[in-house]
Amino acid sequence: MNTEALKDLLYKIADDQLILGHRNSEWTGFGPMLEEDIAFSSMAQDKLGHSLAFYKILHELGEAEPDTVAFTRNANQFHNCQLVELPIGEYDFSLIRHFLFDNAEILRFDMLTRSSYEPIAKVATKLKGEVKYHVLHANTMIKQLGSSTDEAIERLQNSLNEALPYALGIFEKSKFDNELIAEGIFEGEEKLQTQWLENIKKVLSQTHLELPDLNTITPKFGGRYGEHTEHLQPLLDEMAEVFSIDPTAEW
Amino acid sequence: MLTKEQVLTWLEEVKDPEIPVLSLIDLGVITDVTVAENGEKVKVEMTPTFAGCPAMDYMKRNVEEVLAKYGVQDFEVRMSFDKPWDSNKVTAKGREALKKFGLAPPPEYNLILDLDILEHVKCPYCDSDNTELRTPFGPTLCRSMHYCNNCRQMFEQFKPV
Repeated sequence: MNTEALKDLLYKIADDQLILGHRNSEWTGFGPMLEEDIAFSSMAQDKLGHSLAFYKILHELGEAEPDTVAFTRNANQFHNCQLVELPIGEYDFSLIRHFLFDNAEILRFDMLTRSSYEPIAKVATKLKGEVKYHVLHANTMIKQLGSSTDEAIERLQNSLNEALPYALGIFEKSKFDNELIAEGIFEGEEKLQTQWLENIKKVLSQTHLELPDLNTITPKFGGRYGEHTEHLQPLLDEMAEVFSIDPTAEW
Repeated sequence: MLTKEQVLTWLEEVKDPEIPVLSLIDLGVITDVTVAENGEKVKVEMTPTFAGCPAMDYMKRNVEEVLAKYGVQDFEVRMSFDKPWDSNKVTAKGREALKKFGLAPPPEYNLILDLDILEHVKCPYCDSDNTELRTPFGPTLCRSMHYCNNCRQMFEQFKPV
């Protein structure tokens, strides 16, 4: 088994969870209504737990401790897609991002339950059950708001148009994609994207929202290779503030 | 000589810190207990309910404290996803305790989650299933929030996972 390929896969999954978890937590205390405040806060907590589960596998493969990995790398060492690092914007943007990301994530976890690398398969089996609630939440809110008032529909449509190029960046292939497929570790980004597209279309077709023609969109790639927007480093600085002052602090 | 059954009886004392009526045994997070042949070394395997549950470290520490309290000197408590938790692992006794605590127990199901399972959860106060899901997220990661149209009260459910 190619350990470099395995680590690359684990880093991109764990980093996605960590960064989106941090962004979700920025809604704590600011949600547009109490239920959404709690929902984004709960998903933040889940996603941090999910990143930890994958960082632990990386640690078993010889990488540093989870806290060290999470708090001491710079932006160019992160493998998350750019979608998850974008600022939370207004609620409509955060909701659309959550919808686009988690519909991909549940399929990724589902694929990974069949991974030939057993530690990944075990973690994915567990986490899939939790992400179901994230997808249920996203799909319910998109269906409700996406067929409600003109303002809600217009806001969501604008956010969908804005987020979509970044969402396609979720599926940026790593240089190990073919190897991972051949070894039965992961079924590949292309297959994932195809299934994802089917699933989000099913939900969007029950709303007044329109999915832009994907052929007219240039995906925002680079995240999987450490290229990020200007928004990631300030997020990391904030997240690691306590750790940087005192790495042994307990909080 | 120390037996597995004895250790399990001791572990009944360790409760979920957020649901103090529910033991870790009834919650289903203790997945294995082994006692070495000479009766000295005890190994306890645990698994988290939710990967991000902040109470898991606390529960692990409580297990260690109980073992130490009963004089076990050589023990190891390990947390892993080897036998992942799902809500069907909550015991019948655990379900009863949850209901008395005012939390709807998770339904036993085929592990395929759909909205139907969440839409008409039985109200823990009046047993009506004329209820609706308000939000799949609640005050802790393991709870969802519902409203009972019969007794007109909000209630929480221990989520099926």
